[in-house]
Amino acid sequence: MSTEMVLEVKNLVKHFPIMSRGVFLKKQVGIVHAVDGVSFAVRKGETFGLVGESGCGKTSTARAILYLDPPTSGEVYFEGQEVGKIFKSKNKQEILKLRRKMQYVFQNPYASLDPRMTVADIIMEPFAIHKHVPKSKWYDRLYELLELVGLENYHAERYPHEFSGGQRQRICIARALAVEPRLLIADEPVASLDVSVRAQILNLLQELQRKLGITYLYISHDLSTVKHICDRVAVMYLGKFVEIADTDELFSSPLHPYTQALLSSIPVPDPETKALRIILPGEVPSPINPPSGCRFHPRCIYAKEHKCVENAPKLVDVGRGHLVACERMFS
Amino acid sequence: MLMAPKEILKIENLTTHFYTWAGVVKAVDGVSLEVKEGETLGLVGESGSGKSVTALSILRIVPRPGRIIDGKIIYKGENLLEKTESEMEKIRGKEIAYIFQDPATSLNPVFSVADQLIEVIRRHQNVTKEEALEKAIELFRLVEIADPEIKIWSYPHQLSGGMKQRMAIARALSCQPSLLLADEPTTNLDVTIQAQILELMKNLKKKLGMSMILITHDMGVVAGVADRISVMYAGRICESAGTKTIFYNPLHPYTRALLEAVPNIAMKREKLKIIPGAIPNLVSPPSGCRFHPRCDFAGPACVSAVPPLVEIEPEHYVACVRAKEFSGKLPSRS
Repeated sequence: MSTEMVLEVKNLVKHFPIMSRGVFLKKQVGIVHAVDGVSFAVRKGETFGLVGESGCGKTSTARAILYLDPPTSGEVYFEGQEVGKIFKSKNKQEILKLRRKMQYVFQNPYASLDPRMTVADIIMEPFAIHKHVPKSKWYDRLYELLELVGLENYHAERYPHEFSGGQRQRICIARALAVEPRLLIADEPVASLDVSVRAQILNLLQELQRKLGITYLYISHDLSTVKHICDRVAVMYLGKFVEIADTDELFSSPLHPYTQALLSSIPVPDPETKALRIILPGEVPSPINPPSGCRFHPRCIYAKEHKCVENAPKLVDVGRGHLVACERMFS
Repeated sequence: MLMAPKEILKIENLTTHFYTWAGVVKAVDGVSLEVKEGETLGLVGESGSGKSVTALSILRIVPRPGRIIDGKIIYKGENLLEKTESEMEKIRGKEIAYIFQDPATSLNPVFSVADQLIEVIRRHQNVTKEEALEKAIELFRLVEIADPEIKIWSYPHQLSGGMKQRMAIARALSCQPSLLLADEPTTNLDVTIQAQILELMKNLKKKLGMSMILITHDMGVVAGVADRISVMYAGRICESAGTKTIFYNPLHPYTRALLEAVPNIAMKREKLKIIPGAIPNLVSPPSGCRFHPRCDFAGPACVSAVPPLVEIEPEHYVACVRAKEFSGKLPSRS
């Protein structure tokens, strides 16, 4: 079973300390509980979605997986190897080898491209670092990559500022694909793009997956794109997973009250649909001082009936690989 | 007998250009639309299509180097473009209020929320500070902020995004405007908060009997809120009709392409239909119909002449030379 899992995350925790102001005497005055014990596994070739509202820890999870921000605790296994061990060994060769297999497409294509490098420099930089392409083949590979993401050869000599947002995101994808990764973490790749361009990028991502068989970890707050592109989805709230299920299952029969509210609050582009909106009271609490027990309990309509204030619910399988963390399921 | 509602705002051929070093940006180029009393008009379009500039032009607060060079903006029978600056000051905030896209930057960080609300109220109404404060607290109650007496003394940075937007709505409503211009009021908010704010705005509009222009790029948001929709593309209106007509029987190819490019929660997973290319540069926009380079149905007539906004069916305006030819139904795309 575990052989077909590309990525396994076990009890991942990422806390950020809050330091007091000052130059000499910095004291830790608090902790931001960005990610608080998430576990999941991503199958080979699938698109695993990570959804949640801003500040719930989606990006922190992704960065901890890639060791861009080393996790506070917990283990991450990539194709059976423990990621943390490799990074801690400081063996440069091994680290590079691992980095080649896992790549990241950042949220903002305006900030993640060096404005002083041409597209050719940007896409060929990985060749220089990983040395997996012989120098004589660099340009062939560059043009191949450009074609793959739908850009033209003459674009190679241009600078990032000459491109629109959608084209920049294509460049970012080409750069990530330059090292032939097995796992691509796409962090809100279409959030900053216009609707008509968004569809182009989503289609491109799907097409690339079909052609190259890459596994995606797709992070987004936009449930409609998640439904469109993902095979399985995990819903995150304040640093914890509340529900994991197959996309169709999750969207047709959500079990966690938060997922239900989240799904019902998406505006549907159809005037006839008078969906029963569940309007959640209040706002997402601060991750510095998260609520006790189930973190959703202050906003949950069912919380009074159960022991949600005391007991932190665990993710439990309720059948068909549908995992829910809610006390209400068992009483 | 029911009378047809009068229009509260009618814009004719509005043209606002920006004179930049790179050339004249034709941000709004001959926009005509109307808002009837008590209705919500959804102004939909992608970024850079001229939605915000249209709204800013209504209040005549287009930032430099932009200038309104042509057109009429008729509000309650009077042309706003012929008014003096001091007359406009009486209209801004009192008659027509504006909710800006980003509540974080439209509030002054160095004044408390109470100060900012009192300023607006005292500017347009002859009341003392104490009375204004009472009114402000009342407004906070109206926009459903808990503990208004305490919260009103907070500064913008102490409020969350949703709270700031509620505060911005309270400020806009402080003088009971007849027309509310809401420029992407929920774009920066999370979906659950967006649902809260949209619900609030819908209820308030009903309670106070205002008219509203809701500017957004999100087809889902307008579907639930607007009575009529005007679709903008590259500085022009391409289609205006009732909400249901826009969604179920769009006649302009851009409107339909836009609807098809949005992944829909209720839709099955399949390949999204894309609109090829990107939004044109408005310094030198395409000739004729501005959508023609990206349109599946473009012919020679589309390249040569600007299509006027014509009433194809009652209350259904389309700016496409081939709209009649489609005879009430767009053929499906290849």
